[in-house]
Amino acid sequence: MAAASNLKNMALCLFGTCLVCSAVLAGVYALTAAPIAETNAALLKASIAKVLPEGGEISEAKALEVGGMPSEYYECVKDGETVAFAVKSTTVGFGGPLTVMVGLLPGGVVYNTSVLAHTETPGLGAKCTTDEHFYGQFRNYDAVNGKLTVKKDGGDLDAITASTITSRAYSLAVKNAVEALAGVPMPISE
Amino acid sequence: MTKFQLITKGLVKDNPTFVLLLGMCPTLATTTSAVNGLSMGLATLFVLVLSNMVISAIAPAVPDKVHIPVYIVVIATFVTVLQFVMQAYTPDVYATLGLFIPLIVVNCIVLGRAEAFASKNGIIDSALDGIGVGLGFTLSLTVIGLVREILGSGSAFGFKFISGDGILAFVMAPGAFLVLGYLMVLFNKIAKKD
Repeated sequence: MAAASNLKNMALCLFGTCLVCSAVLAGVYALTAAPIAETNAALLKASIAKVLPEGGEISEAKALEVGGMPSEYYECVKDGETVAFAVKSTTVGFGGPLTVMVGLLPGGVVYNTSVLAHTETPGLGAKCTTDEHFYGQFRNYDAVNGKLTVKKDGGDLDAITASTITSRAYSLAVKNAVEALAGVPMPISE
Repeated sequence: MTKFQLITKGLVKDNPTFVLLLGMCPTLATTTSAVNGLSMGLATLFVLVLSNMVISAIAPAVPDKVHIPVYIVVIATFVTVLQFVMQAYTPDVYATLGLFIPLIVVNCIVLGRAEAFASKNGIIDSALDGIGVGLGFTLSLTVIGLVREILGSGSAFGFKFISGDGILAFVMAPGAFLVLGYLMVLFNKIAKKD
């Protein structure tokens, strides 16, 4: 039979439950914090490596405002010369924030792009990570002379079927990255 | 009721999805593909078995008036543990299901089993009940996900067998309702025959 519902029992029971549960959570957090940080760092590193030409040294994160939001970028240095940049750019997709890592070559050419985090609909907007026809369009895309938006809005890009909002957000993220980097003083190569 | 029946009743007679119609929100939302449905089902199974066991152990000491908050705290704890573990070791699955994992806390299957079964039965029986209902939920979600994936994306478990897109409506919300409705009719027709 359940314990009597008097104030003392109720307070003790709730207090005890919360105490034990917080202790369990603190323990599990302590155990998983390091693996989570490692996993996230590995994902970030993999996505930077994916959008930059091979064989460069990747710099520490540098602060940059992208699309009006504080973000960061990384430089890829090869033989003492900066050959490319990776810009982290976040826009709002269909289901929430869409964060894209954009690799750029000096002169405004997109080298490659990769999705860092998204909450798009599985099977629809989430295809922006798997639909090669879509994300492949950004590879070696000349952002200076091109129109970085979907065809529906008069741009160059094919949208993902039934996911125009996601496609727009993705294109905007790339566009913001290009524009943000245009404001960064370029190191002069000799 | 034998131990074996405790497990099988969750699969057919008291199937949470097709018979009891519980947990419809994750059912409709996460079954866009077979793998997503399967992962969501297994995540729920994990929480269900552990929360059932703990709740059946502490139930005698919990005063009636505060039993719901106590159960919810226990369930939320296991869900958060699951979330940490998935974030650390299965980031891919977490990326797809991330949004719906915290929502397992309010999945009425979990609290429903705690109230209706675990609080009145022993630890082992409660664990078996959790396994049965959890498997029933997992199977239902996998089947719904499989049907929607085949019709909507032309693939099964990520393996593509037609080129191009399927009938996109089945990946979206209307397809979820349609598939769920027809599978429910089919399931009840077969299950109620005897």
